[in-house]
Amino acid sequence: MVDQTIYAYRRENGRVGVRNHVAILSVDDISNAACEAVASNIKGTLALPHSYGRLQFGEDLELFFRTIIGIGSNPNVAAVVVIGIEAGWTKRVVDGIAKTGKPVSGFSIEGKGDIRTIAEASYRAKEYLQWASELRRTECKFHELYISVKCGESDTTTGLASCPTVGNVLDKHCEIDGTASFGETSELTGAEHIVADKAASETVRKQFITAFDDYTRLVFAERTNDLSESQPTKGNIAGGLTTIEEKALGNVEKLGKRTKFVGCLKPAEAPTKPGMWFMDTSSAASEAVTLWAASGAVVHLFPTGQGNVVGNPIEPVIKLSGNPKTVATMSEHIDLDVSPILQGEMTIDQAGDALIEMVVRTANGRLTAAEALGHREFVITKLYRSA
Amino acid sequence: MIHFLVHDASDTVGVAAVDITAGTECTGRDLSTNKALKAKATEDIPLGHKLALKDFASGDTVIKYGCEIGRIVQPVKAGQHVHIHNLKTKRWA
Repeated sequence: MVDQTIYAYRRENGRVGVRNHVAILSVDDISNAACEAVASNIKGTLALPHSYGRLQFGEDLELFFRTIIGIGSNPNVAAVVVIGIEAGWTKRVVDGIAKTGKPVSGFSIEGKGDIRTIAEASYRAKEYLQWASELRRTECKFHELYISVKCGESDTTTGLASCPTVGNVLDKHCEIDGTASFGETSELTGAEHIVADKAASETVRKQFITAFDDYTRLVFAERTNDLSESQPTKGNIAGGLTTIEEKALGNVEKLGKRTKFVGCLKPAEAPTKPGMWFMDTSSAASEAVTLWAASGAVVHLFPTGQGNVVGNPIEPVIKLSGNPKTVATMSEHIDLDVSPILQGEMTIDQAGDALIEMVVRTANGRLTAAEALGHREFVITKLYRSA
Repeated sequence: MIHFLVHDASDTVGVAAVDITAGTECTGRDLSTNKALKAKATEDIPLGHKLALKDFASGDTVIKYGCEIGRIVQPVKAGQHVHIHNLKTKRWA
């Protein structure tokens, strides 16, 4: 594939972003109100409230910081105002984001209260917003986009049409040295042998199998039945998917025909070189997309069968569907219709090229359906109970 | 019109590419070989749902994408609808 020119934002660390957000980022749940007040004061900034950040510990706390710092560090974010209840963890987040070289400032509420914090943070947010508004898109290359992939509310058309379309794009993207990531660990059940065979080395294969087996153990430890209705979901079943094995075999069509994956990432961990990467994620859409956004992904490809409507505040989510009923009844959510594949009126390769064109348009600034509809699902993955 | 698709030549179920009504003589396509296929549906099969391409006894394994997708839990005749009422996962069970 030709490495097309895109017009995007090259950040201080050389990374390429396709959006130019000034984020008002909460360190913890009790700072959400202040963040939302700042975003309300300074029009065009983006509050990122969430439910956690207090009394977490161990690996769960590490994941929390990786997620929050990763979101602030994402190249789709131009600058960040961080607000936390106290100064220590606020500084930890600020210092983490500052490594990218982008403007970032922290404000903490204790000893000052919400109102003074909101005032101080609003002055800074205004400065950042006006600075960011003068940044210009410059010529970048398609391969510089870090693309994540995950499907949702899948049905059997996902495995027939929309997932193979994404696989076709990943093959073409990785051929020109692009970076991509897939995950959904539990949703590989029944197709894990196919994924394992796509590992680029024996070390990577073993890392994948370890991550997969760990997740399977969790499912067995916590389950109260065979997970029918959770995996597959009620929506999956309505669309004709019967078992997790069937769902997984459709899911892995997203991995393409030729591409091997070069490494395994912990949740929210950033890839260290080009190529396709496995990330150990939940299969729930908002959680998984948030983890990829935190790992630096700038565009997400989201095949849907029955019509999942998910979005993310900082990573545009491009939706495609191969189900003609969904395309007809939920058209406002679908960026690309690949349903002609079912009647042989469109090949997978043609659909892949159409999706690449949609990625280029999105990277150049076209708002996705999810962005236009205001879908900003920002959901932190939590591994276990707080202390 | 293509009524149903199969992913692999070894598959024992097809996927309805349109809403199929009982009694339809269906035309199908094998995506791995591009070969045309025929099957008669004896039940309504909604778009995206599965059509049995052979008779199954309880305990038989169903193949789709050339891989196992679960175990039959009540007898199924060719042409019938295969779904949660007669097919269960072999995993997490």
